Amino acid sequence: MGSRARDSRQAILDRLRSREVTPVELPAIFGDDSISQVAIGFDDPATQFAGTVEAVGGLCLQVGSMQEVLNKLEQDEVYRDAARRCSLVGDEIPGNVNLQEIEDPHELSSLDFLIARAEFGVAENGAMWITDRDIRHRASLFITQHLALVVSRQSILCNMHQAYERIGQPETPFGVFIAGPSKTADIEQSLVLGAHGCRTLTVFLVDEPA
Amino acid sequence: MATVSEHPEKAAAYIADRSRSRWHDGALWFVRSKRDRMAHSLPEWEQLRSTASQIKAHTIANLPEILQQFEANAKARGVHVHWAADAQEHNEIVLEIVRKQNATRVVKSKSMLTEECHLNPHLEAGGIEVIDTDLGERIVQMRGERPSHIVLPAIHIKKEEVGETFAKYLGTEPGASDPQYLTEAARQHLRSKFLEAEVGITGVNFAIAETGGFVVCTNEGNADLGASLPRVHIACMGIEKLIPRLVDLSVFVRLLARSATGQPITTYTSHFHGPRPGCELHIVLVDNGRSRIRDSDEFRSALGCIRCGACMNTCPVFRRSGGHSYDAVVPGPIGSVLSPAADTKQHRSLPYACSLCGSCTDVCPVKIPLHHQLLTWRQQIAAQGLLPVSKTAAMRAGSMLFQHPRIYALAGALGRRALRWLPKSWVYNRANPWGLDRDLPEPPAESFRSWWQTNRQGTSVDEGMKSKEAKNGK
Ligand code: SF4
Repeated sequence: MGSRARDSRQAILDRLRSREVTPVELPAIFGDDSISQVAIGFDDPATQFAGTVEAVGGLCLQVGSMQEVLNKLEQDEVYRDAARRCSLVGDEIPGNVNLQEIEDPHELSSLDFLIARAEFGVAENGAMWITDRDIRHRASLFITQHLALVVSRQSILCNMHQAYERIGQPETPFGVFIAGPSKTADIEQSLVLGAHGCRTLTVFLVDEPA
Repeated sequence: MATVSEHPEKAAAYIADRSRSRWHDGALWFVRSKRDRMAHSLPEWEQLRSTASQIKAHTIANLPEILQQFEANAKARGVHVHWAADAQEHNEIVLEIVRKQNATRVVKSKSMLTEECHLNPHLEAGGIEVIDTDLGERIVQMRGERPSHIVLPAIHIKKEEVGETFAKYLGTEPGASDPQYLTEAARQHLRSKFLEAEVGITGVNFAIAETGGFVVCTNEGNADLGASLPRVHIACMGIEKLIPRLVDLSVFVRLLARSATGQPITTYTSHFHGPRPGCELHIVLVDNGRSRIRDSDEFRSALGCIRCGACMNTCPVFRRSGGHSYDAVVPGPIGSVLSPAADTKQHRSLPYACSLCGSCTDVCPVKIPLHHQLLTWRQQIAAQGLLPVSKTAAMRAGSMLFQHPRIYALAGALGRRALRWLPKSWVYNRANPWGLDRDLPEPPAESFRSWWQTNRQGTSVDEGMKSKEAKNGK
């Protein structure tokens, strides 16, 4: 296959080069007259964000501190019933699964609850950006039965143009926007939450002045 | 080899079940309405579409450079990049990677490309178990069918039928049809498949030349589990999936889910920029006829398609006749443009599965002029002499008629009389397929020609119109 694959590479490129196509200018995304200039904005992005998170099937709780996050969690049946919990948000929220001690992500198959931090949220669609910078196993985000994300109220952006401007260049091999719990509508278009990924998504919108 | 497949025949079978055809129509119209609400909620929608269309046009024009830039950046991030000229080579590359792992179990997330290349049978013939993990795809896989829609693969199947299938393969309660219950059963079944798999295969929604990474969008999270549990991840993509810059994603991510299902974004939008530590990431770049479509000035822009499915959801023909009637991996308006490009003879009837209403062109997020392209195909198919006899004979007769005024007048007179006097069975029969679902109009007592001769003889059309308006008191 080795040499044939190299041939195919050359053949494809040659075929593409054999046909000159009239050039088209690449539009600017930022700057005057660009799409980011006219994109939707919100006076109060955090409130808009909270509403959108609920619209895409998540639960959004607005809190003042991490202590309050813990209080809310302890009132939550799903969290109380969770046998295997993992916390990636610091010691305020305790857990009994340590990702650093796990070699093989398959061991996470029985994880019940994961709480992690999102770098920022987006008001227009309720999405939150998470990278694998501090998450040893990216599988943990998808395999956990229930997911909670902590995001700062001050980090909420209006739209996806601002989001990618903020991401800049990806430094880690993995980053994901998560908006709501896993869902499907493949059986007669009925919406069912909890397809393969998390069954519930709780978002803690924390007020933490920069 | 390829047999000619005629859309009207395939559609007839689907339409024969009237209640199912109506139900399918309604289900897709519901999705289309959600898309409309989303489009109207963004004042900048039209600018988003033109920006997206321009980015794609730029990419397609500069494809060789952009592909090489992508390859270099992906390699720098530790990704193995493979090139496949056609479907066969794509399948061989994937099988070889799987074999090198001594793997026998593969999980796959939805990918139109692997569907197009018929990857599953190839891997299965090599002794590999391939499980489709998107719920809709898993349902059609169990039933031994093919997806009927690129975003909603099981849109043609009723929940009772899913219940029967699951009772047979997953041991669910016979007669159960509750989507919640059935989804839960699939969740348990597929989790065990994710945990067993040694290789995960995904498609690619967008690949970014500037960074060498790619993005996969799902609602279920199946691509993410398939890519983050097994040690090896193979991503298969057509060479048209590229975009130049990371910021271009902001445009496409805003358009994709809104156009597809009317969601503001998919639940998971995952960005892969390199393998997990100690693991492997492979990307297979596939041409399989794409460079040929790029050669054509008429159809080039069809390569900009982001596979949102909006053109299918809005198409009055697709909604009633079902996706399988197209007998093609990509059905609907965009499929009717792409399939004849791959094999004109086999798919010659598809550009006629269109009312030229133009709705597909209106909803397409990358502004592909779909109905214009379908019309162009009709001209090319006629020019290539590929029209079925039923159409050419009628057209030849029509052309003769229009060229000979006397025969035209005679035919008109005969027709008016015939329609009034002939018994119904003489007019509506197999010689007149047009009359299957339509009634011919009540013939007027007098022809337009004789009306003109008595009323307007000697005047120009303009004067005639004026005197008519005067009579109407305008
Ligand atoms: S042609 Fe346009 S509307 Fe149809 S699937 Fe492609 S992007 Fe969507």
